[in-house]
Amino acid sequence: MTSSSSVLQAVRPSGALDVESIRADFPILKLKVNGKPLAYLDNAASSQMPQQVIDRLVRYQTAEHANIHRGVHYLSETATAAYEGARGKIQRFINAREAREIIYTRGTTDSINLVMHGYGRAFIGVGDEIIVSQLEHHSNIVPWQMLCEEKGAKLRVIPCNDAGELLLEDYRKLFNSHTRLVAITHVSNALGTINPVKTMIATAHEQGVPVLVDGAQAIPHMKVDVQDLDCDFYAFSAHKMCGPTGIGILYGKAALLEKMKPFEGGGDMILSVTFDKTTYNVIPHKFEAGTPPIAAAIGLGATIDYLESVGMDRIAAHEHDLTVYATEAFRQLKDVRIVGTARDKAGVLSFTVKGVHPHDVGTILNEEGVAVRTGHHCAQPVMQRFGIPATARASFYLYNTMPEVDALVAAIHKVQKIFG
Amino acid sequence: MRWWRPFTKSRKFSAEPHPIEPAMDSKNLYQEVILDHNKKPRNWGKLADASHQAEGLNPLCGDHIWLSLKLDGDKVGSIAFEGESCAICKASSSMMTTNVKGKSVQEAEELIREFRDMATGQLDTGSQLHHLGRLSVFAGVRDLPSRVKCAILPWHTLHAALNSEATISTEGDRDPVETER
Repeated sequence: MTSSSSVLQAVRPSGALDVESIRADFPILKLKVNGKPLAYLDNAASSQMPQQVIDRLVRYQTAEHANIHRGVHYLSETATAAYEGARGKIQRFINAREAREIIYTRGTTDSINLVMHGYGRAFIGVGDEIIVSQLEHHSNIVPWQMLCEEKGAKLRVIPCNDAGELLLEDYRKLFNSHTRLVAITHVSNALGTINPVKTMIATAHEQGVPVLVDGAQAIPHMKVDVQDLDCDFYAFSAHKMCGPTGIGILYGKAALLEKMKPFEGGGDMILSVTFDKTTYNVIPHKFEAGTPPIAAAIGLGATIDYLESVGMDRIAAHEHDLTVYATEAFRQLKDVRIVGTARDKAGVLSFTVKGVHPHDVGTILNEEGVAVRTGHHCAQPVMQRFGIPATARASFYLYNTMPEVDALVAAIHKVQKIFG
Repeated sequence: MRWWRPFTKSRKFSAEPHPIEPAMDSKNLYQEVILDHNKKPRNWGKLADASHQAEGLNPLCGDHIWLSLKLDGDKVGSIAFEGESCAICKASSSMMTTNVKGKSVQEAEELIREFRDMATGQLDTGSQLHHLGRLSVFAGVRDLPSRVKCAILPWHTLHAALNSEATISTEGDRDPVETER
């Protein structure tokens, strides 16, 4: 067993963040679980919310709430201003050209389904092909399979190597005259691989094919610039970036969004309705039928304020330190295999313990106050690629610490002792 | 003859076969008996001459077992299982096979119901009548909702095999045993 201090010396954290002051912003991190301090390492599934965002939600519900748009009274105007103000913050955060390219959805899954229904069903037909990768979350596979089934189109898959890196040569070979869309993840949720999406987008554009990027695991952890990437669609969720559940974003290039059909019909997405003809509203409202989760959208705006106050580059540097430290500590554990060893990797550590099912690992870690996710992480094709039914996965965020990694390592020792 | 003793207040019964135990917390789930059955599962394999078989799948965590059994008249003459699963599921499967072997179909169904009730917290093995014996080591899963399905899967699979259903899945809220009742 390696003492943590020797690993610590080997890694030398850069001290990118004042983690203790950040932790003070997150009330939930004070919890004890099974009598142990909580080590929350399940951030790839969902992250925790800082007091600043909680306070913003409370302030909205306490003094600003009414239904948005078309209200002439004070509260409706206040709520509308906050809701549309948050859209502007999101636009600037990802460097979209215009606020109307930002569509509120329920989350990444909903965003991808919107593109499937609004773009896919209109522009993809029999014999056409959609390229996805081996590393996709089910939410970026299943909608396209449904579309393929409906239209008689075909799914093509970019393979990956044993480290969990996509094979770009094979990717290029997948293109042909039938290719209509590429749908790829920016960061793999199961392995942490950061895909070279900018290069991959350029490759697709050479062939005149638009690209949807699933950014759920990227946007919380790194600076994303949609104009620099030149992606056609970018999907993400608020709850993985310290924001509320039930709200997410679809960014789309205005020209594409304007060509698309609405996904859901209802109030707010129309300009005029008669029984003879309905005229749809302009983007983004065309895709926002019904009363949205107003508080959650405003909460997302506050979340972006919070992340920007910390600094995305510093968050990324801190997570990189944690990942290097944890990876080094894991390499010194006997009979522990790290699944996903890409050179370019986010703060995700998927692992298996020899002879112990990941669910048993997770239950024993929980007894030590360490929260990790176990299972296939909604990425069964990834598990199939590596020939395993499941993994345990630790995933880091800005508020995690090296002592929490030590707690994880100590808990794995306990697993091995029990099952030894 | 009944295979279990009726509940009486006699001293003999209260002493055994069901000693009153305090409800376990999660810390006590990985007890020696469970770890032992996980390491050395009993009745592992597949019966070549099975009269009934079923496949059990827990898509949530990937537990996947195959159960085969041969009825000898009304009794479970032989039974075997194999598959890939967590320790809780494997130990539960293993102990289930040793417990139902030689029992009638009706007795097995009764055990299935009792095990399910115990694992979901509807049967308190410490204070209520039951026939689970050592299987009550699994009572601790009631405090771990995410692990209840791991423990129950082999029992659902046994129920499916006895009722000639090929595959059962614990996905969603559908409870095969509950549906049956």
